[in-house]
Amino acid sequence: MNRPTTDHATLADKFNENEPRVNWHDETLWWVRAKRDRQAWSIPEWELLRETASQIKLNVLGNLHDYLTQFEQQALQNGAVVHWAADAAEHNRIVTDILQRHGVKRMVKSKSMLTEECHLNPHLEANGIDVIDTDLGERIVQLAKEPPSHIVLPCIHKKKEEIGELFHEHLGTPAGNADPQFLTAAARLHLRKEFLQSKAAITGVNFAVAETGEMVVCTNEGNADMGAHLADVHIACMGIEKIIPERKHLGVFLRLLARSATGQPITTYSSHFRKPAPGKELHIVIVDNGRSRQLGREDFRNSLKCIRCGACMNTCPVYRRSGGHSYHTAVAGPIGSILAPNLDMKDYADLPFASTLCGSCSNVCPVKIDIHQQLYKWRQVLVQEGHTSAAKTAGMKVMNAVLSKPGNFKKAGKMGRWVLRAFPGMVNNRFNPWYKQREMPAPPAQSFSEWYAQQQSTKK
Amino acid sequence: MSSREQILAAVKKNQPEATGLPSLKGLAGEMPATLEAYRKVLESLGGSLFEITDKAQVPALLAQHYPHLERVVFADDKQEWAHEDPHQLENVDMAVVTGQWGVAENGAIWLTENDIAVRVLPFICQHLAIIIPRERILATMHDAYEKIGAPQTGFGVFIAGPSKTADIEQSLVLGAHGAKSLAVFVLG
Repeated sequence: MNRPTTDHATLADKFNENEPRVNWHDETLWWVRAKRDRQAWSIPEWELLRETASQIKLNVLGNLHDYLTQFEQQALQNGAVVHWAADAAEHNRIVTDILQRHGVKRMVKSKSMLTEECHLNPHLEANGIDVIDTDLGERIVQLAKEPPSHIVLPCIHKKKEEIGELFHEHLGTPAGNADPQFLTAAARLHLRKEFLQSKAAITGVNFAVAETGEMVVCTNEGNADMGAHLADVHIACMGIEKIIPERKHLGVFLRLLARSATGQPITTYSSHFRKPAPGKELHIVIVDNGRSRQLGREDFRNSLKCIRCGACMNTCPVYRRSGGHSYHTAVAGPIGSILAPNLDMKDYADLPFASTLCGSCSNVCPVKIDIHQQLYKWRQVLVQEGHTSAAKTAGMKVMNAVLSKPGNFKKAGKMGRWVLRAFPGMVNNRFNPWYKQREMPAPPAQSFSEWYAQQQSTKK
Repeated sequence: MSSREQILAAVKKNQPEATGLPSLKGLAGEMPATLEAYRKVLESLGGSLFEITDKAQVPALLAQHYPHLERVVFADDKQEWAHEDPHQLENVDMAVVTGQWGVAENGAIWLTENDIAVRVLPFICQHLAIIIPRERILATMHDAYEKIGAPQTGFGVFIAGPSKTADIEQSLVLGAHGAKSLAVFVLG
């Protein structure tokens, strides 16, 4: 098949070379999904909460212009500096300018998938600014020079022995020590030094409240707070879709977020940043980067409801067995596969096909995004826009010719059964994608239509 | 056109027809607001709970359960440390703060910067203790936001249990970057 070397199927093949690793990855994420279920079942109003959250987000999409200006006005009154970035390049430029103005050469960052989407770290490094990721999982993949493979569990693809080796090399821990408790303690000491020295801190934003101009950042580790409170300059980066209308709506989203993400009742810290501390600076960078375009796509705008819990990844049979890196985009899994084609249809044309359309993603989504429907609709858009491979298009044309004409269908079936019987090697070979990891079925002696006709005639 | 105008114009053009906001009634259901419900969740998060009848009992209980504490600060005192460089709090072994509201459904306690004296205090300390009056334990987050109301300060936080991570093979480890342990003293 002619496909670029970085497409999902090729990268998934690579991930699948290590079978025990794939099995571990699959089972671990399913275990997280099961924890999510236990939390959801413990709340009788769970489905009402999901529906309410979905409706609040729909209200946000329909009033986004006014909510954004309201948020900006409140944030300015609170003493924050508000910046607007049309795309990734402008976002990176704004952040770099702020840091350079303060003479920052090394700084801490807590988890922000937006900055991953914008490739902020390499941009800052090219400008002579060292970025230290402070979420433990993100620090681990940073030391390994890899991107996160999951938006909530960034190094879920790594085994503890590999992490022990990374820490031995970079943090000087004893060789061969792979105890999670020990490694976490080592990272705590290493990152405390960074927190204490850093003059600036970047954080993401989970929710931005239009009513109050405040931003809520959720972590279990406390890294966003350690960074933001110790630094002189706090830069918070948010996509335009992070807005929620009122403070009381946080009650709905904070009840859903951690339960959906990791099966915890809430994250350890839900920090509400409203005003900069006296003598300090708070910068908010509001980023579009294609979101306003997605807002205009009727079939796909609901993807902007996403609160980045990762539940769709943990439940996805394809994600669990192909790994986050196979999606070659900052946000992997089902949600990433409906967001990425909006950013670049050609580069991410493979992703909506990396799904069985089983619908499990839509069933666990806390804001009820119709993810599997959108995957299906993206496939149609991508074919119409000519972004699928020539082999797939040709195959579909043949299928169309066969399936739309009963006569052709019957002939093809007869021929197929004969070929399978007479020349099994013609289909049982590595050039046939259907043969991969499965045996072809034994050909039946007759088709269902033939069998049915026979039954009818013997009845008479 | 500035990026701000460009983004806002594109949003205005592309946003769907406006819909109303849903009611939040009925979301809280029948969740209990009891001490026992709170205790169960807190302990599942790795926190510990002590019932007290007077704040004066706290130092003795801390000495009993944390025998090796050297630097203990009480946020209520707001002594000279509250005006020093926050980086100096790095060697605080135990910080004791008073919380505003507790939430039984998830173990979280609401604190604002008025309660913690210095924003970084409940994060930078090695161990954290929060005092909360028994009648301030609520059932759900909806109740909490109703009581909290509009923001009164520049910073507020819900804290639920000690700092933790499971980033290494999903093994839960307490004490990532924030407090390694959390003791909640329920007063009254």
